[in-house]
Amino acid sequence: MKWALIGVIVAATTVGEVLQAMGMRRHGEIRDFRPGAIGRLLSVLARNWMVVASVVAMAVSFFAYLGLLTVAELSFAVPATAITYVLETALAKYVLKERVSWLRWAGASLVIFGVALVSA
Amino acid sequence: MTNETARLRWKTWACAAVVVASNVCGNYFLKSGMPAELATPLDYITVLFRPTVTLGVLLLILWLASRMALLSWADLSYVLPVTSIGYVMVAVAGKVFLHEHISNKRWTGIVLIMMGVALVSSGTAPQTYARDSAPGADR
Repeated sequence: MKWALIGVIVAATTVGEVLQAMGMRRHGEIRDFRPGAIGRLLSVLARNWMVVASVVAMAVSFFAYLGLLTVAELSFAVPATAITYVLETALAKYVLKERVSWLRWAGASLVIFGVALVSA
Repeated sequence: MTNETARLRWKTWACAAVVVASNVCGNYFLKSGMPAELATPLDYITVLFRPTVTLGVLLLILWLASRMALLSWADLSYVLPVTSIGYVMVAVAGKVFLHEHISNKRWTGIVLIMMGVALVSSGTAPQTYARDSAPGADR
């Protein structure tokens, strides 16, 4: 049960966050943060299928995480799901075409080990 | 550093600060309001109406919104490591406010995360992709 939930969380988080980045990049840089503009922005984003799909995936991940916390300790849940950093950084490079320099890989690797140690 | 890159860097740091603060506070309220177990599927819904859980969920909605705004201009491979400073804030807040003990292993983790954040945030630009090559770019 624990590992099935971890699988669901990792898959849903990775897909959700990559789709979120794709959808928001497609929209372009947000420059106007006034309430009226944010209202218009929400109606535009509600028609952006990548953003909608990302919210659904992240909701799946959220509820699976709540479920995981009822059967496992936080000290197991957090390091076990830290693998999403590796998957998402790789997808950022190959799908989102970001320039992931060695400095970024080094930073991401330090963070992954750090997260595992902090929460283990 | 040109005006445009300086503007983007400041905007990125301000937005990242909102992302991290809303995530740390949101998760704190969510956890402090959660019961020991959720027995039935209905429990997953009714728990959302506890005041501390509601506040936690509202802060996590702010987290989602600010993270989406941040991703509208910054790289995912930049946002991920930089916002992980939240793990450090959780550990430090636990020590300061709840007087929790931080073991040597956790201090090592905190130092590693801070090194990773420093490397990515000071060593690389928030945005590296070519604007024209954005997937599905239609502007």
